[in-house]
Amino acid sequence: MIKLIFYFFAATLVFSSARVITVRNPVHAALFLVLAFFSSAVIWLLLQAEFLAIVLVLVYVGAVMVLFLFVVMMLDINLTTMRVGFARYLFTGILVGFLILVEMFLVLDSSFFHKEGLALLPSIESAKNLESSSNTFALAQVLYTNYLYPFEIAAVILLVSMVAAIALTMRRRAYSRNQNPAQQVEIKRTDRVRLVKMPSSTSAD
Amino acid sequence: MNVPMSELYVLLPEIFVLVMACVILLVSVYIPEQLRELNYQLAQLTVIGAAVFTLGNSTGSTVVVMNSMFIHDPMSIVLKAFIYLITFTVFLYSRQYLQDRDLYKGEYFVLSLYAMLGMQIMVSACHFLTLYLGLELLSLSLYAMVAMQRDSQQATEAAMKYFILGALASGMLLYGISMLYGITGTLELQKLSAVIAEGNIDNKLLVFGLVFIIVGLAFKLGAVPFHMWLPDVYQGAPTAVTLFISAAPKLAAFSLLMRFLVDGLSGLHSDWQAILIILSILSMGLGNIVAIAQTNIKRMLAYSAISHAGYLMLGILTATKDGYTASMFYTIVYALMSMGSFGVILLLSRAGFEAERLDDFKGLNERNPWYAFIMMILMLSMAGLPPMLGFWAKWSVLNQIVLSGFVWLAVLAVIFSVIGAFYYLRVIKLMYFDKPESTEAIVANADMRIAISLNGLGILALGLFPQMLFQICSKVF
Repeated sequence: MIKLIFYFFAATLVFSSARVITVRNPVHAALFLVLAFFSSAVIWLLLQAEFLAIVLVLVYVGAVMVLFLFVVMMLDINLTTMRVGFARYLFTGILVGFLILVEMFLVLDSSFFHKEGLALLPSIESAKNLESSSNTFALAQVLYTNYLYPFEIAAVILLVSMVAAIALTMRRRAYSRNQNPAQQVEIKRTDRVRLVKMPSSTSAD
Repeated sequence: MNVPMSELYVLLPEIFVLVMACVILLVSVYIPEQLRELNYQLAQLTVIGAAVFTLGNSTGSTVVVMNSMFIHDPMSIVLKAFIYLITFTVFLYSRQYLQDRDLYKGEYFVLSLYAMLGMQIMVSACHFLTLYLGLELLSLSLYAMVAMQRDSQQATEAAMKYFILGALASGMLLYGISMLYGITGTLELQKLSAVIAEGNIDNKLLVFGLVFIIVGLAFKLGAVPFHMWLPDVYQGAPTAVTLFISAAPKLAAFSLLMRFLVDGLSGLHSDWQAILIILSILSMGLGNIVAIAQTNIKRMLAYSAISHAGYLMLGILTATKDGYTASMFYTIVYALMSMGSFGVILLLSRAGFEAERLDDFKGLNERNPWYAFIMMILMLSMAGLPPMLGFWAKWSVLNQIVLSGFVWLAVLAVIFSVIGAFYYLRVIKLMYFDKPESTEAIVANADMRIAISLNGLGILALGLFPQMLFQICSKVF
């Protein structure tokens, strides 16, 4: 049963990833990317990495891709200009791709990267000890104790990026029309409404 | 794991700076325009407070806390003390300049303080994670500070270049770190060097990671051939920010080199020695030669920074304790000289005018002999002429590489240094023998005048008695 689920979602993943780069409409490409993320999240769930799976869906699908979709929709991308020179670069592209593939095989197949060389990784044993408790619990356990200091620094980095983003983009323009709620609430009837006495026109008889 | 109070006590300077930076951030939002001086005063208070906490806890012994991620050792104390001194002086120098350009806002001080916090974290990190995070905190604050003058196209371009190349360098560094982690299974520097010392690991694998780490470090230090961002950033950034970038982060970059190469990868010193030799020859050569062709003094000093990065590496590549001492001495001296030189540029600038062309220094002696004298001291010191402090810095690194048997390298370094003397002496010639182009009076506040005089005279005085500073450095190792 698990195998069946795996093959189904793996096939979906491969298919949607392929569609991301072949489909013409960028909005569709972004949606296929969402599908790809989603199916890889399911594969992670099968590996019992439930925390990573949830984070992938929440962060990538929920936040990053929605932003990405917004950007794609806002930009007026001209598809015909993007396809100019496709044939010209096709050969170079295939050549580079092939070279990367050969290099990957050469490196991964060489004696450097055999399992014995990398057996020192400590996480493998400690991960086995954790099988009883949940993934999230195990992560939180070290994140807020052993790794408290780097965790706090990461928080400061996020704060700095926020300060920087606001400092660089916020501009008070003279002509910007913003609301001041306090003023709106404090308004009196007399400020807005002026009763004007009009001479009643004596209707002609 | 409960964090005991004694561990937090060691972290007090960092915690204090973080809290104060957040306080200034809040204060700057709520205070009215006319109380802006308060930001400056609070920022200076923060730097002084951090210095008090750091020096108050300098027992001379090494303490490792926070699950062996934070190290409190003599090197970190000395470097932090100079980082505080430089940050304090940078704030003082840039005050008038920032006020003239509508940059005198809370953000400048907050970002500078976060950058300083990043440097503090880097200087006392003994774990790859904290080293990297400290570096990112520093870089991110600096990118934003470069871009702060948003109406200046040059500044925006510089920030963009800095950001992209900086991100690339971080990527390289991280890739190297991940390789080393994959091979040795640890991120702690002490454990890493222990694992390497056991000698069970294929050297080629380790060198593979080492190369990426050195590329990342060379980017951050601005060593040739990874220097491309440096001239544009120095020239494009507001001078007050250039002043900051050119001084304090050099100390942090030095500690980065020391932590990575000496604390972590000392087992590979024959490998990184060769790489550093090439980097330092290229930096000294290209930096000194290209600087001659510059007409913009900020750009000229940027190339000078590249060449000084080469000299700085000379001491480290000897892989001896005396060599590290010489390098540290060199870095501190360079930071002090660079701070003074950019200070004089700030002094000559005024509202709506940047004194960044070499021609702006023409006839400075006629306009103000005292500032011309200070600038002359700084330039002579940069060129490495006795009796200035810069001479002793060059002398100590050259001495160390000769002792380690690299006589040819020392000869090359001296030749490049002689070539470099040309453009420093040209500034002096312009100041003393040319007619001034402008007769505008140079106005500065009393604190600025005193600080810049102290800076210049300090270089001269410490040059006459170099033992004072050198002994501080030699006690570290």
